[in-house]
Amino acid sequence: MPAEFTFPDNAAKAADAAPEFETEKMSLSMGPSHPSTHGVLRLQLEIDGEIVTKCDPVLGYLHRGDEKIAENMTYNQFVPYTDRLDYIAPLANNVAYAIAVERLAKLEVPPRCQAIRVIICELARISSHLLGLGAYGIDVGAWSIFLYTFTEREKLYKLFEELTGARFTTSYTRIGGLARDVPAGWNDRVLAFCDQFLPILDEVLALLTRNKIFMDRTVDIGVISKADAIAYGLTGPNLRGSGVPFDLRKDAPYSGYEKYEFDVPVGTKGDCYDRYLCRGEEMKQSVRIVRQAIASFPGGDWYVKDARRIFAPPKEKILTSMEELINNFMIVTEGPQIPAGEVYFEAENPKGTLGFFIVSKGGGVPWRMKIRSPSFCNLSILPKVCVGTFVSDVVSILGSLDFVMGEADR
Amino acid sequence: MAVIPVERKPLSLAERTYLPQIAAGLKTTLKHIFQPTVTLEYPEQRPTIPPGYRGVPTLVFDPHGREKCVSCQLCEFVCPPKAIRITPGGIDPADPAAHVEKRPQEFEIDMLRCIYCGLCQEVCPEEAIFLQNQYSMTGYTRAEMVNNKQKLYELGGTLPDAHFKWDKKKAAEEHGNAH
Ligand code: SF4
Ligand code: SF4
Repeated sequence: MPAEFTFPDNAAKAADAAPEFETEKMSLSMGPSHPSTHGVLRLQLEIDGEIVTKCDPVLGYLHRGDEKIAENMTYNQFVPYTDRLDYIAPLANNVAYAIAVERLAKLEVPPRCQAIRVIICELARISSHLLGLGAYGIDVGAWSIFLYTFTEREKLYKLFEELTGARFTTSYTRIGGLARDVPAGWNDRVLAFCDQFLPILDEVLALLTRNKIFMDRTVDIGVISKADAIAYGLTGPNLRGSGVPFDLRKDAPYSGYEKYEFDVPVGTKGDCYDRYLCRGEEMKQSVRIVRQAIASFPGGDWYVKDARRIFAPPKEKILTSMEELINNFMIVTEGPQIPAGEVYFEAENPKGTLGFFIVSKGGGVPWRMKIRSPSFCNLSILPKVCVGTFVSDVVSILGSLDFVMGEADR
Repeated sequence: MAVIPVERKPLSLAERTYLPQIAAGLKTTLKHIFQPTVTLEYPEQRPTIPPGYRGVPTLVFDPHGREKCVSCQLCEFVCPPKAIRITPGGIDPADPAAHVEKRPQEFEIDMLRCIYCGLCQEVCPEEAIFLQNQYSMTGYTRAEMVNNKQKLYELGGTLPDAHFKWDKKKAAEEHGNAH
């Protein structure tokens, strides 16, 4: 293990304690309805006084069988279900799913569609990190952060609402394109949001970054070493917080991410504080990407024109031409025609890498779909990282992992 | 590729006293006191709904007062949570829209199932079903939350039509070239 990592030694201290101080271990159920477990996660803790000696996460309270649902409907019908995976950043899920199916169909979407997807992914990242940050503030006792970040998030929701028609359940992508083009002037409003957002973000971060109370609750708490982070399959800011510069937007670019310039923030120690810092910096990088994408916003089509068996024809044509009407019926009832084969695609979502493994036997319905959700894998580190910490630190660690149970249980 | 390690500086002596943070926090709070409030006092104040909003699904008439839906049942098929139930029916031959041949006898959308996804509107080949501005639906019983055909048309009203495709068809039929 590299020397720069230090571990909390509370457990060691507890173990070394003289036998007369040894107390009976107590079993404590944290969650599933506990405000700091961010959803329906239950932690079965074994505690010795204030020290956690064992942590057993219990998952599945929000299981809806999304993978099985996917096998029973056409590819496009599943888009609304992807909203409900990581419901803090539904747009990013929509995009990841659409790209996965498009890879299977060997379909290349036009540059305008790619640019829109990049913009919405990054806005979704900002929205997700804002919530993560605000909720983390509450977890460790800083209430005002939440109010400021939610005000910003509301502005983003207004933009999403205008773009997709819904604030929360966006269902915006389709196989081979999008549900609709960006409305007139939307890009300018996004830029205006970015301009006013950065100073506010700085203000919010300034409330925490150099705050002694916040640092006491996060620095050197929940340290995850580089090796552990990789071994447990951590991804996203949690992995980068441990110092591993792994970002799919750089390492396996999709949707034209290679065109944009941005930095990947990494932590040095892997504690809660590093994960927080990474999220803060990532939002600034996202703003950079959004600005570049809008500056070079391409014209042209926003869906694949020549994929007649995949993307439904425009309404104009359905209403005026018999062939297009029939084609529309075929695509809707039989689903977009995807060739037989397998694909695994993962995208860099706000919480980590969201992967879709799709097996198709041809036709409009997947034969099997596996969803690799970042929150689920990120939670796997809990039994390791929580041992030896105080019970109150568990709250801090949970907040810093920024998971969402809709995705972990899917 | 640029990887930037995030900056971590140890706290200075002054910062360790909590005092600068308290001062900075108070400054931020003071600044925000004098800014306009962002809270919307719902329901006295209502949010502005942008065009293209996906509210409650409704059925619409065309400007000539014809029911646009031809009960093709495509929306019923596509609806992911299966919220729509249609009973297709014929049209009285005396009706001016008799040449359309079909209209729904009953059309029910269960708003307890509907997820406002908008797929019904997207697939409808007649532009007959629209998710409009209505966003708040309440009821005391489950039955109340099922919108029947009459309710759907009440909510939907009349929307402009760019094509009048059935009128064109009728005109073509009268001139002897039905297809
Ligand atoms: S609303 Fe549209 S899709 Fe649904 S049955 Fe009527 S015509 Fe068909
Ligand atoms: S909006 Fe979606 S869920 Fe609601 S009726 Fe239409 S297709 Fe069904």
